[in-house]
Amino acid sequence: MKKMRKVLSVACIGMLLATALTGCGGDKKGSGDTIKIGGNLEMTGGSASYGKSAQNGIKLAIDAANAKGGVLGKKIEFVVADNKSEAAEATNAMQKLIAQDKVIAVIGPNLSSASIAATSINTSAKVLAITPMGTNPNVTVDKDGKTKDFMFRACFIDPFQGTVMATFAKDKINAKNVAILVDNSSDYAKGLAQFFKEAFTKGGGKIVAEESYLQKDTDFKATLTKIKASNPDMIYVPGYYQEVGMIVKQAREMGLNVPMAGGDGWDSAKLPEIAGKAALNNTYFSSLYSPDDDSQLNKDFVAAYQKAYNEKPDVFAALAYDSALLVINAIKTANAVDTVKIKDAMAKTAGFSGVSGNVTFNAQHNPVKSAVIIEYKDGAQVFKTKINP
Amino acid sequence: MNNIRKQDIMSLLGCFVLFAVMQLLIMFEIIGPFWELNIVLIGINIILSVSLNLINGYTGQFSIGHAGFLAVGAYTGAIITVKLGLPFELALIVGTLCAGLLGFLIGLPTLRLNGDYLAIATLGLGEIIRICILNIEYVGGASGLMGIPRETNFAWVFWVGIFVIFFIKNFINSAPGRSCLAIRENEIAAETMGIDTTKYKVMAFTIGAAFAGTAGVLFSHYFYIAHPASFTFMRSFDILTMVVLGGLGSMSGAITGAVLLTGISAFLAEYPEWRMVIYSITLIVLMLYRPQGLFGNKELSLKMFKLGGDNSGRTAEGK
Amino acid sequence: MDMGSFLHQFVQQLINGVSLGSIYALIALGYTMIYGIIKLINFAHGDIYMLGAYFGFVATTMLGLSFLPALVFAMAAAAVAGIVIERVAYRPMRNAPRIAILITAIGVSFFLEYGMILIATPQPRTFPAVFDATVYNVAGLVINSQQIVILGSALVLMAALTYIVNHTKAGKAMRAVSFDMDAAQLMGINIDKVISMTFALGSSLAAAAGVLVSIYYNSIDPLMGMMPGMKAFVAAVLGGIGIIPGAMLGGIIMGVVEAMVSGFFSSTFRDAAAFGILILILLYKPSGLLGKNIREKV
Repeated sequence: MKKMRKVLSVACIGMLLATALTGCGGDKKGSGDTIKIGGNLEMTGGSASYGKSAQNGIKLAIDAANAKGGVLGKKIEFVVADNKSEAAEATNAMQKLIAQDKVIAVIGPNLSSASIAATSINTSAKVLAITPMGTNPNVTVDKDGKTKDFMFRACFIDPFQGTVMATFAKDKINAKNVAILVDNSSDYAKGLAQFFKEAFTKGGGKIVAEESYLQKDTDFKATLTKIKASNPDMIYVPGYYQEVGMIVKQAREMGLNVPMAGGDGWDSAKLPEIAGKAALNNTYFSSLYSPDDDSQLNKDFVAAYQKAYNEKPDVFAALAYDSALLVINAIKTANAVDTVKIKDAMAKTAGFSGVSGNVTFNAQHNPVKSAVIIEYKDGAQVFKTKINP
Repeated sequence: MNNIRKQDIMSLLGCFVLFAVMQLLIMFEIIGPFWELNIVLIGINIILSVSLNLINGYTGQFSIGHAGFLAVGAYTGAIITVKLGLPFELALIVGTLCAGLLGFLIGLPTLRLNGDYLAIATLGLGEIIRICILNIEYVGGASGLMGIPRETNFAWVFWVGIFVIFFIKNFINSAPGRSCLAIRENEIAAETMGIDTTKYKVMAFTIGAAFAGTAGVLFSHYFYIAHPASFTFMRSFDILTMVVLGGLGSMSGAITGAVLLTGISAFLAEYPEWRMVIYSITLIVLMLYRPQGLFGNKELSLKMFKLGGDNSGRTAEGK
Repeated sequence: MDMGSFLHQFVQQLINGVSLGSIYALIALGYTMIYGIIKLINFAHGDIYMLGAYFGFVATTMLGLSFLPALVFAMAAAAVAGIVIERVAYRPMRNAPRIAILITAIGVSFFLEYGMILIATPQPRTFPAVFDATVYNVAGLVINSQQIVILGSALVLMAALTYIVNHTKAGKAMRAVSFDMDAAQLMGINIDKVISMTFALGSSLAAAAGVLVSIYYNSIDPLMGMMPGMKAFVAAVLGGIGIIPGAMLGGIIMGVVEAMVSGFFSSTFRDAAAFGILILILLYKPSGLLGKNIREKV
């Protein structure tokens, strides 16, 4: 028995070493008749659900393109690398996609911090990356204000979105005293909160409470009790739908019936289910995408997505889908499998129509898009107003 | 005495050869950038596992808050280079000292505890460190500290790693190190023998924490960013797993554990959906068959494998 | 803040804290039992709680069961899962070094989390509201009926557990095994059976917690067990690990501390405060609040 254990463990080590060695030696060369696009996505870890949605969206776009014969007469192959929802691992994943898999463009990561860390890799390798949801301004611009050549994003940036909601809160909700409840573990949410605060106080409003929570928190009653004591006439909750749903639900239970508002992280079919339809009345969020948008492109996308995955697409899926379309479009325009030419073509993208609206990149590689304010009424999203940048 | 010196010089020579070979392989791009990155990561993990091994393996104190010290090193190092604009070498020293100092301050009260209680206390302290960092806007809070220059390279990691391994190996062979071993074997007996157990426990803990800080500086200066999400208790578990898998109290074990687990993780990058499932099954199976770890508390030596090779297991470093 | 509104807030935070704490207590009960018997920090316990929530989800949505049958189903299924995990992963390691079992537990935890991600995708799912929440408003203080149900269940389960451990033959066997495994074996107690039973009981408690919490919060996902599992363990240590009322007390204290810190200080330091209190308790009374020098375990 003991001997067998020894043999087994030695065999185990041997196998692992062998796999490591083979991995070491054989850089897989991209075969001539396919084009490889990489996905640097959150497959495990705390943000795994974003990565999964994004993967679904990208797959859908690529399968559709392949069904039409691919691009430049070649089929597209989609390679995913897991960034474990973490900045350092995103760097690792980026390196793997570019060095091992020889992809010609990368979609992801979704998280701003991961994008900022990973972009150093794809920039030095001269391969473009586009983040579907990295909204922090620093993703595409370095600290000296210079645009990072090979980094793009499909979403709009935090300052814009925060400002849009501040204007809406002041003019349409007539809010004077606002409480902010921010997801402290997300730089996206913190960015939104910061810019909301700046714009709102500049317009004469007052922030009466600033509280925070962390992702995966489930109980917010203590914080909400504190907020309630500050008597706000609106609560701004930039964050993601999973926690936002519980926050809205618990706030209403606490008798906090004031309007609540947030950013595009609210956009999910899951939100009404988690929060409850009634609780979600009198809430608003700024977004660049709504699954109920009635453009033909979007209708087709939602139908195809529902058919493939049996659920409504959320904002991660939609923007990842758009990112994939943008990449494919850039490859077509460049008309060559040359990463620098593809980057140039991407930078020149103008008037491209995706499911989340038209995309024209400005000098900072940010799409110039208009934002919409959406209201929840009995669980349904109702288009409220459109605000141009 | 002479014999030991000779051995040390031989292994140092071995290191030079290994370094030269690896460096050449990297220079001529036989090892591509992806594997170069993973080799650096392995080096950092070796420093972490070897330093944790000093606490858990050699001194027998059950600590699972190592990620906290890693974070301290990563952040203080980054403050030195990014915020103060001072050289990387200084960052390495300051990061190490800060983590060591914190280890000392934490170790002093908590090392009175033993077994599971110490484990849970260190786990809690690791989380407290992380939460504090998360709330300090000066270092970026939840967004992390960005814009860190990439100063770490294979050479840095290799030589710092060798230094740490030698340091800890020599520490173990010194009188304080022997006291640590005695504490592991039987704390009460050690105390009766006149060993100041608290002193040596704190000493081992401080050294371990300091080197975790070193690893942190190397880490943040390789991956451009220091981010609170990189230093959760899951990270502590990772390091602990490396040590236990290799064999508590075995230097070769700690090194092998770090190489193996980082290697498995890199290899499984091909299968993102299955990665963690396969990883966890590997972990369970290995533990079922080798509960004392791959090496037990023995070292890789000529007697174990008659295949030759460097006797302290540093051959594993490069992979 | 004047005195009246301070007091009002304080009482409200106390209510919030107790309701949160009763969730930690529910999970901590199972944790403490398993630790009491085989001295294993079962890191996978939080994932059993997650598993229980998913079993409950399957029972209510796919099998269309109502609340009580779904709860029983989830508890039974989790009990089976607990027995299987113990049989496959922990039993072969009974004589292995403790730290090796701990690593196995971490492995099992990863396996359950990512296995579930593979099966159920990482997307959160909404748990159907199987019974309605009534919100009571007493003198400006808000209490939800679900909070009362959770606290009530925790108390009932704790009482049941105490009864089983102290007044049944099986409980006697458990106490004997926890006191001295070898001696118990010599007295003709089937240790394997007792340990299996402990895992079954502990896991079903975790599953009950999982289902109740999912109804309360309305959302489940494969990684939901990580943090509560950790907190529940802290709660168990706080109250004195291995002691059943200790788990209950520790859980409630954790909840109240978290609520108070969020309410009167800042929610960002909530977890730090919880861990800080744990460390203080450990330093001054390492056996936990209810721990005695001669500890009666289980």
